[in-house]
Amino acid sequence: MRNRFLIRVTVVVMTACIALAVALVSAQAPGYRAPRTPDGKPNLNGIWQAINTANFDIEAHSAGPSPVLELGASGAVPGGLGVVEGGVLPYRPEALTKRNENRANRLKLDPEVKCYLPGVPRAVYQPFPFQILQSQKHIMMIHEYAGAVRTVYMTDPVEAPADSWMGWSNGRWEGETLVVDTKGFNDLSWFDRSGNFHSDALHVVERFTPRSADTINYEATIEDPKVFTRPFKMSMPLYRRVEPNAQILEFRCVEFVEDLLYGHLRKQQSK
Amino acid sequence: MNRRSLVSFGVLVLGISVLLTATIVAQVPAPLAKPAPTPKAAPPPTGKPYTPPKTPDGQPDLQGFWTNSTYVPLERPQGVTKEFYTPDEAQEAIKKAAAREAEQTEPGTTADVHYDFSQFGLDRSQSTIAQSLRTSLVVDPPDGKIPPVNAQGQKRAAERAAARKTAGGQYDSVQNMPIGSRCIVMGGSGPPMMNAGYNANYQIVQSPGYVMILTEMIHDVRIIPLDNRPQPAQGVRQWTGVSRGRWEGNTLVVETTNFNGKNAFRGGSENMKVTERFTRIANDMIDYKFTIDDPATWDKAWTAEAPLAKTEGPIFEFACHETNYGIANILAGARAEEKQKAEQAKKGSN
Repeated sequence: MRNRFLIRVTVVVMTACIALAVALVSAQAPGYRAPRTPDGKPNLNGIWQAINTANFDIEAHSAGPSPVLELGASGAVPGGLGVVEGGVLPYRPEALTKRNENRANRLKLDPEVKCYLPGVPRAVYQPFPFQILQSQKHIMMIHEYAGAVRTVYMTDPVEAPADSWMGWSNGRWEGETLVVDTKGFNDLSWFDRSGNFHSDALHVVERFTPRSADTINYEATIEDPKVFTRPFKMSMPLYRRVEPNAQILEFRCVEFVEDLLYGHLRKQQSK
Repeated sequence: MNRRSLVSFGVLVLGISVLLTATIVAQVPAPLAKPAPTPKAAPPPTGKPYTPPKTPDGQPDLQGFWTNSTYVPLERPQGVTKEFYTPDEAQEAIKKAAAREAEQTEPGTTADVHYDFSQFGLDRSQSTIAQSLRTSLVVDPPDGKIPPVNAQGQKRAAERAAARKTAGGQYDSVQNMPIGSRCIVMGGSGPPMMNAGYNANYQIVQSPGYVMILTEMIHDVRIIPLDNRPQPAQGVRQWTGVSRGRWEGNTLVVETTNFNGKNAFRGGSENMKVTERFTRIANDMIDYKFTIDDPATWDKAWTAEAPLAKTEGPIFEFACHETNYGIANILAGARAEEKQKAEQAKKGSN
């Protein structure tokens, strides 16, 4: 009897502790104040990486086989809960058809397979680190994959001079949050390996909010009236690469895809 | 790089059509604004040393948009014996070099198949030039010439040439084509950062503990940590090596090793060490010197000086590989030509 009472008390106390801990952790995000850069801005400098399956599919998805037979389990797709608010992308009907075609022909069509620039926000959640370098005028986002790079103009907003893969980014601070507004995209990049795509009307507003010393809350609001019936939001945490020697290495993938892209144009050796 | 792109574009002789020219043109983003020709040169010494501004974290401030575009050749031309031209002689040398650049657009010439450099603002005379009175970028040895390649270097050069021969003709496969034409890396990225021929523009951004250099060509980025961390293990080999930096007074000193040797500067080895020194000597000028240390190629280290002049931003995305129709068309042209020749030979023998 006494033992049972003790167990019950222990359980209650433990539950309370866990609840308190959870409350503290989740409360940290809105209340967290990041360390400052020497010019007084929230300090996002560092090497960051997403840890999720969004690059496979931004929508919720089950695990699946590798699209390349020889890769077996090593090339298989892990399941994921999705990063899109509401779970499903609000495609226009004809756009959904195109997405499904893209998905069916992924190996031929996914720009990532060809080492093309990843676009935004895909660059942020590809399985590669990226580095944020803050200066007063410009914030650089330098991605390991294909050396993709974005300059975020902080003090001298510039309108996109022409369409590009990574778009044209202007930024501002809203309290603790870095807000990056990107337009001027071409219609060639995808959101993931599952054929989710956009048009050249894409407009991305990203919010980078520090949530602890080594994590950032990342949100991207996607607007593209040619493809989607309404704007939608994706969100995920970004994690700091805390290894003391962490650095962005070369991933010059052009060399890795040359035979894939141009192999059929190789001179046939005479027999 | 210019020489190399000329060579690669020389393939157009093969009879590949004007269509190809159009696609290559499409690959090159047009300049945002056409700046007036403004050769910039280091100010004459006034006796007062220039003090560069500081970043909020106290680094000497190298930030902004810069170019190393120049007509000064790496090595001193034959027949020139002095280190500096007079201003008049320098102007004359620029005029001659600019004329050579324009030559390739002469109607009816092979080079005319190439897009017009001056029409698209790609010739150096239309953009900011980091001009100096030097007759060569090489400053040490004092004769302005790269030292002779030693026996080990000659042996490697012969081996590389033999390997190229075994690999077949330049247009047999993409791997035989120049690295720059393949959009892997171009000479502007370095290190050492060499004048890229066109779009020789850079953006420098500094944050606490880092200096970043963005090269316009192929949006190549070098992130240089300043925390005295050691070089990574020898297993990490990169096209542009691995750079480590430190401040010596107002001079940023960057040492780079761990090259992969696939595109070694001037035929050097993968064990080359490049030491670069960036010193802002005026608001609109960075003194840039580099020393090449590679005992497997040259018995003595050698040094060149290739200043960076302030230019206008912003830098636009140079997505090189994504629209590299040139490579596919050049290879397809070569295959078409072979087919045609084979058919002709067949006809001839019948």
